[in-house]
Amino acid sequence: MTAPVSIENATKTFGSFTALDAVSLDINAGEFIVLLGPSGCGKTTLLSILGGFLSPTTGRIAIGGKEMTNVPPAKRPTTTMFQDYALFPHMKLKDNVGFGLRMRGVAKAEREERAKGFLDLVGLKSSADKKPHELSGGQRQRVALARALAVDPDVLLLDEPLGALDLKLRRQMQDELKAIQKRVGTTFVHVTHDQEEAMAIADRIVVMNQGKIEDVGPPSEIYMRPRSLFAAGFMGEVNFIPGTISDVNSSQAIVETRLGKVALPKTCFTAAMPSVGQTTTLCIRPEHFRRAGEGDGAVTALGHAAVASSAFFGTHYRCHLRPASAPETSIVAHMPQSAAVMEGQAVTIAVNVGDIVALPSKQA
Amino acid sequence: MTRDRLTNIISSVYAVLIFGFIFLPVIVLVLFSFQDGRLPVPPFNGFSLQWYEAVFADRKLMSALLHSFLVATLSSFLACLLGFLAAYALARFKLPGSAWQRGLLIAPMTVSYLIIALGLLTVLNVLGIGLSLWTVSIGHVVINLPLCFAIIYSSMGDHHINIERAARDLGASDIKVMALVTAPMLLPSLLASFFLSMTFSWDEFIIAFLLSRFDVTLPVEIWSLLRSGLNPKTNAIGSLVFLVSATLLVVLELFLFGRTKKS
Repeated sequence: MTAPVSIENATKTFGSFTALDAVSLDINAGEFIVLLGPSGCGKTTLLSILGGFLSPTTGRIAIGGKEMTNVPPAKRPTTTMFQDYALFPHMKLKDNVGFGLRMRGVAKAEREERAKGFLDLVGLKSSADKKPHELSGGQRQRVALARALAVDPDVLLLDEPLGALDLKLRRQMQDELKAIQKRVGTTFVHVTHDQEEAMAIADRIVVMNQGKIEDVGPPSEIYMRPRSLFAAGFMGEVNFIPGTISDVNSSQAIVETRLGKVALPKTCFTAAMPSVGQTTTLCIRPEHFRRAGEGDGAVTALGHAAVASSAFFGTHYRCHLRPASAPETSIVAHMPQSAAVMEGQAVTIAVNVGDIVALPSKQA
Repeated sequence: MTRDRLTNIISSVYAVLIFGFIFLPVIVLVLFSFQDGRLPVPPFNGFSLQWYEAVFADRKLMSALLHSFLVATLSSFLACLLGFLAAYALARFKLPGSAWQRGLLIAPMTVSYLIIALGLLTVLNVLGIGLSLWTVSIGHVVINLPLCFAIIYSSMGDHHINIERAARDLGASDIKVMALVTAPMLLPSLLASFFLSMTFSWDEFIIAFLLSRFDVTLPVEIWSLLRSGLNPKTNAIGSLVFLVSATLLVVLELFLFGRTKKS
């Protein structure tokens, strides 16, 4: 089963600390949502509120159109997959997976049958009679997933479920998680601080910081067209170039930066319409310097620079550039792997205008 | 070299003396329970099982044995149950003055059995409750509850909290969480406190003596046997009591070792 989730103005305070600050979010039925942010950003608090382990100080939660704000976890159509798996150590895997069904009064024969079906889904059917301590971390994680899915929840909440796994296993489990979600169709709400994990599995990513939602959207949109400086920085490496808007006409705005004047179409301004005199920050991803001239978009030149240092990364060279017009700033750029990059070499910096995102500078 | 040997010899002698001091009375007791004669004193006349026959033929002793077993089982079960509930409440919920409540629960450990027995005797008198094996059981719950609470509380780790949350999340009520998840996870310490309580209740004399009337437990019955003079029969029943206590302790040890191996 599956259901939409609606969060309206949810706020949670612990004493004087605001963990969640008037968060509103609508999640579609069957969607794979990832709450992404640094530790302490409120993502786990939001998940606990969805699971019923915490009540919001103000605001409301609805799941499948039903008011859930103060309903206890046992009565919600949600199940949670905990970070430490929280398997029952004294029960066999089939009893772990069948526990929720047992609580719902399903007869023993039927629940064993169904438990085995879910163990099969996660590839552990042959271990049904084992106990959790006989399993590896990745296998325990699968059992936790099977146990949470066995009660056929409308919404599955995953609290950093891959956090304890090593990198290789984590990437493998991401793919499995995504495949299983597609098969069962349940709404998944997944918490993580790993932006690669988020991009790998999410239908939509919710970037959170200091109790607030910074940006919501599909991975490509959040990465390519972020709507906040925080989201831009958290999703991957980015160059922030401060500037001021000096002129605006019907289709474009002129931004003056230390690297020169840049004419940007209004579509580059993802967060707010440009106005003259506004301070703005241009966000340019390192790999975008490499694409300049590809396709038919307009290219803007940002002057000359000297290569201060470079390192070979396999897919590209990662270089620090020192612009001639502003030697105190450092720009990170990726150069093609075929390019022979030498320290001290002079290069021209240019970017496709469409790749630039201009966001209002943070008011200090 | 020689000095090392000397220290070795001295420490061995010391160990033999210590263990001899502790166990010689028990060995003598057990040895003379097999005495072929009327007095449990040296010389040892020969091996005989007559006193054990006499013990098993003695209906009063046999019923006291049964009473002891019932009191020990019932009071240990109750002490464990109450200790578990108290530990669960104090470990999982924020209660007012929880440090004080913990102290209060453990406090009876510091009070002598005589004082507890006299206090209970007064209370029972006031309430008009007659003395019986039930009142003995109540007394044994009082002395064993602090012990059970302390053992169980110390084993209730925070790492169990998420597991209990998971059970609740999957639809379990509080009682089912406790019965199906918390208690089974704590089984080693529950069994440890149960068997430890049983050995204490099994050997306990003062409370059993003061709070019982017609039906008495084994230590009380042995005490009345002793009043009629030394007799190898008392040695025989004493050996049996020792055997049961030792068995309980071995069982307890097994569970405690089982637990340390797992964690």
